[in-house]
Amino acid sequence: MSTQQGNRFFFNVDWITILLYVALCTIGVVNIYASIFNGSTASEFNFSTSYGKQLIYVITGLILGFSILLLDAKFFSIFSPIVYGITMLLLVLVLVVGRKVGGNQAWIPLGSFRLQPSELAKFGTALLLARYISTFSPKLRDIKSIFFAAVIIVIPLFLIMLQPDMGSGLVFLSFMFPLYREGLSGYFLLIFLGMIVLFIADFLVPIEILLPIVLAIGGLFIYQNRRKQKIMFSSIIVTVVAVLYLFTVKLAYNKLLEPHQKTRIEIMLGLKTDPKGAGYNVIQSKIAIGSGQLTGRGFLEGTQTKYGYVPEQSTDFIFSTIGEEWGFAGCFTVIALYIFMLLRVINLAERQRSTFSRVYGYCVASIIFFHVFINIGMTIGIIPVIGIPLPFISYGGSSLWSFTVLLFIFLKLDSNRMGFI
Amino acid sequence: MDNLFNRKYIIQGLFIAIALILLGTLFYIQVASDKYFLSAESNVLRKLYTFPARGVILDRNEKVLVQNEPVYDLMVIPNQVKDFDTLALCNIVGIDMKRFKKSFNKAMSQSRYQPSIFEKQLSIQIYAALSEQLSRFPGFFVQSRTVRYYPDSAAGHFFGFVKEVSQKDIDESEGYYRPGDYIGKGGVEKQYNDVLRGEKGIINMLYDAHNVPKGSYAEGRFDTLARSGEKVVSSLDFRIQKLGEQLMKNKVGSIVAIEPATGEILAFVSSPGYDPNLMVGRQQGNNYMDLINQEKNPNRVFTVRPIQGYYSPGSAFKPLDALLGLQEGVIDPNTTFNCPGYFMAGNHRVKCEHVDGPIALRKGLARSCNTYALYVFQKLITQKKFANQRIAYDAWQQKVKKFGLGEKLGVDLPAERTGRLYNSDFYNKRYGNRAWGYTTVISLGIGQGEMDATPLQMANIMAIIANRGYYIKPHLIKAIGENRTIKKEYARKNYVDVDARHFEPVIDGMQDAVSAPWGTARQSMIDNIIMCGKTGTVQNPRGKNHSVFIGFAPRDNPKIAIAVIVENAGYGSSYAAPIASYITEKYLKDSIAVNKRASVEWMKKQVILPVPPKPKVKLKPLLTDSAKKDSIKNAVKAPKTLATPSVKPVQTTKPIEIVKPIQTTK
Repeated sequence: MSTQQGNRFFFNVDWITILLYVALCTIGVVNIYASIFNGSTASEFNFSTSYGKQLIYVITGLILGFSILLLDAKFFSIFSPIVYGITMLLLVLVLVVGRKVGGNQAWIPLGSFRLQPSELAKFGTALLLARYISTFSPKLRDIKSIFFAAVIIVIPLFLIMLQPDMGSGLVFLSFMFPLYREGLSGYFLLIFLGMIVLFIADFLVPIEILLPIVLAIGGLFIYQNRRKQKIMFSSIIVTVVAVLYLFTVKLAYNKLLEPHQKTRIEIMLGLKTDPKGAGYNVIQSKIAIGSGQLTGRGFLEGTQTKYGYVPEQSTDFIFSTIGEEWGFAGCFTVIALYIFMLLRVINLAERQRSTFSRVYGYCVASIIFFHVFINIGMTIGIIPVIGIPLPFISYGGSSLWSFTVLLFIFLKLDSNRMGFI
Repeated sequence: MDNLFNRKYIIQGLFIAIALILLGTLFYIQVASDKYFLSAESNVLRKLYTFPARGVILDRNEKVLVQNEPVYDLMVIPNQVKDFDTLALCNIVGIDMKRFKKSFNKAMSQSRYQPSIFEKQLSIQIYAALSEQLSRFPGFFVQSRTVRYYPDSAAGHFFGFVKEVSQKDIDESEGYYRPGDYIGKGGVEKQYNDVLRGEKGIINMLYDAHNVPKGSYAEGRFDTLARSGEKVVSSLDFRIQKLGEQLMKNKVGSIVAIEPATGEILAFVSSPGYDPNLMVGRQQGNNYMDLINQEKNPNRVFTVRPIQGYYSPGSAFKPLDALLGLQEGVIDPNTTFNCPGYFMAGNHRVKCEHVDGPIALRKGLARSCNTYALYVFQKLITQKKFANQRIAYDAWQQKVKKFGLGEKLGVDLPAERTGRLYNSDFYNKRYGNRAWGYTTVISLGIGQGEMDATPLQMANIMAIIANRGYYIKPHLIKAIGENRTIKKEYARKNYVDVDARHFEPVIDGMQDAVSAPWGTARQSMIDNIIMCGKTGTVQNPRGKNHSVFIGFAPRDNPKIAIAVIVENAGYGSSYAAPIASYITEKYLKDSIAVNKRASVEWMKKQVILPVPPKPKVKLKPLLTDSAKKDSIKNAVKAPKTLATPSVKPVQTTKPIEIVKPIQTTK
């Protein structure tokens, strides 16, 4: 590399990932411009507009990212408990002094800037989780190590749920992937998947039909494994728990979720249609995306985008702008960029010598993946409306910076992969 | 590498799988289905309509008969309405709160975002008062439209009327009409609606999510301007149309005048008439209900008598007997018959008004001799060349039909009726296959019995005679649009298969009827103009005889053929003939001779209205009684004939006798 001599700080940095990062940020600024463009006149460039601000966030984000590259790689490992501690404090603080925006007490005002501690908590948690696994190198097979790992994740999750910000809370489930990579049994993933399936089935199928089906499947497993005592035993437990779960989940759903969250879930499941109310966002977003067809209407030509039919279009629903103006081709490109970046990050993670770097890399990939999946899924109506941003693209300084920091810490760790942390 | 390394592939595989799920869904909503694309269009695109002015109608002298006047519809967009002083609005518009709520709810139910009509056709005065204060009523605005104004307040039946479209009209218009649009609903307004309505203009506007207009769609490439309706030139001459209506005032009947050479209808009077302006505006519904109210208007105002009224042609039919007789060769102009004051149809005696003695064609027509006409009819039906009288009858009926009787003439108005003229099947059914002959249907020879004609058909017969053998379908619109086009069928000659040479003797007779001392229609003489005509005094089972005159003038190169029917006015010579002469004189000379003006004024003032019918329920038994008496009387008079209820005793029974018992039993 030509920079090897001239600039040792950027030695070994993975420029491909940075390129993908810059590409996604650029797509973000362009589409934010399109989202707030109202169709009348092409407004002059202005730093007070959303796209102007976003451009500033991108530039400052890059500065922030490169500053991280200048730091010593050891710093992150050493200070991870402190970073985690600070973010947890901020999460508590936001519950006390935070400002309520859109029903969530998620923001701490700092002058003209608003800090969103839940964003910081993501990489705080990622750092501590990496530190815990790298230091104690648990196999995550025994209850004790699983418990400690779970505590690290559940504390911020619990605090965020108190805001309550279900979207950001859900993202913490993405830490299951690094844990799985580090040895957590695959059954946890399967059980988790089973819970989601049963939850949805509980809405769509009456209990009189669902219960016999669950019992039949459970019975089949028990019968098949009647000679292998251990598996039979766990099959019995799983079946019993599944049945109990079936009866409690509706109750929990009714007691714990806010009415608007229930509505969103019911709309997503097709149980409710409410085109003027809660379903409006999703319907308009789908219409905008659908109207893009194969190649899109073209930049600044999307009527749904220009005329403000999709609410929150520069933030959570930015993907509908891409869908309308750039069509399936644009959507494909954006998703391909994300997948390319995620696979790249995982490949980089796997080449790390240090467990800390690897676990952290998996955390980064999983967090970004969760955001992308939930956000895009929401805009096309296959996931209930959960307000989380599309990484690097959605408008907003907090989110952009936290994703930048999240990613660049990993790039720093990766550039230092030959050293010891 | 530990075995956990393989988990990398599971995680990467999961990422890719989920990405594929997202892409699959995206492919479905973006590429495979166009549902969302169409929804997007309907999200942003609204069609705004601009309304064209309806086409102008002129008379044959290019006088404007219909204008368009602006009116103002108060429109509302419900979701833009904010709190306002509803009472103030009600007061300005002149409605009560109940109506306000009803209109508002109706608008709400149509659309909350699109404008709906709140109160239609406000006058200019209300509009002026309202527009000053409109800013107080957010969500309301005024849309201007035009409605019809008929400056002469005449010829209502000719114009018809324009009305808001019904749901049926909307369904049948294949998307052209929308609620609140107007459509021609009668007369020329209906018949020529497609020409007169013009084309609505469409502005494709883009609207944002807050329903704020954002400019035109595709730079207006798909917008269209409203195109006014085509100008239409009527064949009517409004000078004689209005004179005709004045003359027919307080009388029931029709006047139809046709220009023989072109088939253009010059006058089209149906009495009682109505002011077409009554059928315009906010009071349209009320006025309509008044006009069809039996108490206030017992004589069925909306019947278009010239094309819907059924009258026995009576003596007006006699020229046809002569023409067919000459064409068939059963008579020549000098063939003489003897009139002893009656004609014996078998054993059945048909009376004649006069005892004329030996009589030939010319005098027969001039005197309107029943005996002469019936001899000719007898000869026609008993021709040797036909195997039997039924076949001969059918041949005769076909020839008569050529003159436009028993069929729609195809005038350019809706709801024309055919008149009545049956073929042999009808009589076979009634009397049995061989059990009837010319004696049975003898009254047809003098235009009575099972024969009815509309006034238009009668006038058309005169046009045929005036043209010496053909007619052009009568029509009311002579030119459409700037290019002055006309349908081909209104330019084609329809020949009646009677040679031109046979017309002159007949015309001689008709000329004598008007101008010879022995003529029956001397009241219709006009100075310096040779008028040819025939009077008719037509039997009518429900009251006094109808007074009928048909004719044309001048004899050579005729300019006008006319039929006048005045119901229950007695002899043709007393009312119909003079009315016809006034119209003809006015048309040909542009003014009526000074010495006649007094009689014109006198005529205008005459009131000849039928006795208003009593409520039907009470009347019915009485009517059948009197009808029975009537038929018994006939039977007594002609006991040995095949007398049927349809053969009316010719000009003997005074129908007033029928009315009397009704009045006395009151």
